[in-house]
Amino acid sequence: MKKLSKVVFHVGRVFILFTLVTGHASATSTADHTKFKELQVLFESGPEVTSACIKCHTEAAQQIHKTKHWTWEFLNPDNKQRVGKKNIVNNFCITPKSNFEHCTACHIGYGWRDNNFDFTSEENVDCLVCHDTTGAYLKSGDNAGHPKESVDLSYVAQNVGKTSRDTCGVCHFFGGGGNGVKHGDMDDSLAVPDRELDVHMDAVGADFTCSTCHMSIDHDVAGSRYAPEAKHTDDYHVHRRASDEENNAHCRACHGNKPHKKEDKSRLNHHALKIACQTCHISRMARGGVATRMTWDWSTAGKLDESGKPEQIMIDGNLVYDGRRGNITYGEDIEPEYIWFNGTVRYQLLNEKVVLNEDGYVHVNDFEGSPDDGKSRIWPVKVFRGVQPYDPEMNRLVVPHTTGSDEASYWKHFDWVKAVQAGMDSAGLPFSGTVDFIKTQMSWPINHMVAPAKDAVACDECHSKNGRLKDIDGIYIPGRDASEKLNFYGWLIALLTLVGVVLHGFGRIFSHFWRRRT
Amino acid sequence: MTEKVMIFKRFERFWHWTQATLVIMLLFSGFEIHGSYKVMGFEEAVMLHRTVAWSLVTLWVFAIFWHLTTGEWKQYIPTLKKVDAMIKYYLLGIFIRAPHPFRQTMLKKHNPLQRLAYLFQWVVISPVIWATGWAYLFYDKWEVWGLDKYLVLEDVAFFHVVGAFMMLTFLIAHLYLITTGKTVWAHMKAMITGWEEIDPDAEES
Repeated sequence: MKKLSKVVFHVGRVFILFTLVTGHASATSTADHTKFKELQVLFESGPEVTSACIKCHTEAAQQIHKTKHWTWEFLNPDNKQRVGKKNIVNNFCITPKSNFEHCTACHIGYGWRDNNFDFTSEENVDCLVCHDTTGAYLKSGDNAGHPKESVDLSYVAQNVGKTSRDTCGVCHFFGGGGNGVKHGDMDDSLAVPDRELDVHMDAVGADFTCSTCHMSIDHDVAGSRYAPEAKHTDDYHVHRRASDEENNAHCRACHGNKPHKKEDKSRLNHHALKIACQTCHISRMARGGVATRMTWDWSTAGKLDESGKPEQIMIDGNLVYDGRRGNITYGEDIEPEYIWFNGTVRYQLLNEKVVLNEDGYVHVNDFEGSPDDGKSRIWPVKVFRGVQPYDPEMNRLVVPHTTGSDEASYWKHFDWVKAVQAGMDSAGLPFSGTVDFIKTQMSWPINHMVAPAKDAVACDECHSKNGRLKDIDGIYIPGRDASEKLNFYGWLIALLTLVGVVLHGFGRIFSHFWRRRT
Repeated sequence: MTEKVMIFKRFERFWHWTQATLVIMLLFSGFEIHGSYKVMGFEEAVMLHRTVAWSLVTLWVFAIFWHLTTGEWKQYIPTLKKVDAMIKYYLLGIFIRAPHPFRQTMLKKHNPLQRLAYLFQWVVISPVIWATGWAYLFYDKWEVWGLDKYLVLEDVAFFHVVGAFMMLTFLIAHLYLITTGKTVWAHMKAMITGWEEIDPDAEES
């Protein structure tokens, strides 16, 4: 019986591999888009394709209009901050403001060049970037999200299907302007990961796509780093997204609250009250062979070579200095940092004065939490540290206009004042005319690249003196924490007893021989 | 002249040696959990500590039953009589081969100092270790049982370790004192075979 199931297993594996290689998803759909007359035309542009799509999928574009993917905006229900890609600043490429034409290569739409973009346009929704199954659809790097001219739009449109790791990854793997740059837990190694890299997305195993966890309702995808679910709750969610408010993009949705079933591991269920699943089960970041950026110093940008082109230094295939960007460092297969996190993220917004924290950094975002608020758990984060331009007189972070080929573009003319002036004008924000640089840091939650159980963080990596949680305060961790006084007196008393009995013993031996002598 | 007396019965010897092994294993794994050294790894140390603790609980169930049914529990009733003589013996007499002030019999196998030491063991060390140990074992149930309002892990761990240090000190003294019999190995032999050689000249106490 065991042998048979093994054979079935291997046949299944081969079958899955085969379908992966031949790559047709048509078996799961009742519609063959190649047969639709509407798609058998020569499309000249992205919006033309969308016009065809929404003839049948009548609600799709309007659904997209309501999502963060479209608006790049999010109102945090916890602290009422208006965030989202459109509003916040980061310490990578800083902000899409004044750089939309370039940055909207990752917008789910066509034509967002500047502040005049029409957010009500249905035909400007980009269906293909998410529903392409061919891999042939590519957006142009500098054309406001329009596809490259070389793309055969009819071919792509006739082969649409469900989203995949590839379609989501085309933007999310490359956040921050390159493969693996931003997140630390997402890069193109997750396109076809093995079991060791991600136990769920294992391409010849469970083969989860992004949407297996990030389920969508009406095109609204669950799970957001702006308001993640961080705390431990008692609810047991079945893995189905029944309402808009429900977020199923977390471990508990499938595993429940007591996932450690084996008797000898059941104690770990209790750990989950204070520790996020990710803390143990994602032992290291950037494990797939792609380095993630760890620091970025914009203040050193601007060095040009003799021909007037920005200098570039590559080490091990990573750009470590770029005249346009400054100094950059990388990390691969590294331990995350750990913090108390309750799910509320506060951003340093452009209209707020910067606050230098005790650690010497302005926190571009702050993961709030404490051991005592009853809501926080210990989370792994990638902390990205940088030096970025700010206005020392207004005491605010600034919007630099980096992209494009106009007079003010920093990447063309390397003049910070001009670039920031243009950026702030575009954002409608005041600027003193002075640019200086300030140290900033930003945290990113680590959620992906979940290792198989055998590779989870071992007990003594935290239950030890200089372990992973050495900086986590507010809890007693056996093996890490011990009363110094108790240890001192405890060992002292044991030692004195030992010395005492040894001396007593010597006394007896001595008196024994003394008596024999006399 | 000496005579042989059966001091430790079979169950008692079994209980003693099993308990000795378990206690040493508990000390060894316990101090690793405490972070004093790293030998087998935290997870393995915890597993071992738990298993051994439960084994000791089981052993105690039998031992308590045995003590109650045989009346041997009376051996631990403390007495202050001759304590001064015992102290004097260990401080002086033992070096000049003075006669042992206590005569072991079946009915009284512990000398007065031993009785006090064991009493301290039963009344202070064991309760501290066991109370905190149980609390530690069931840490994940505190909330369910409503204990989280009264207990703090740090304090429980603190007193558990206090108990462990007392136990360790007890063990060191105990290991030495077994060499203070008629010969260096006499007590050890008695604990293994059950038979102790008694000097009939020593006073009955």
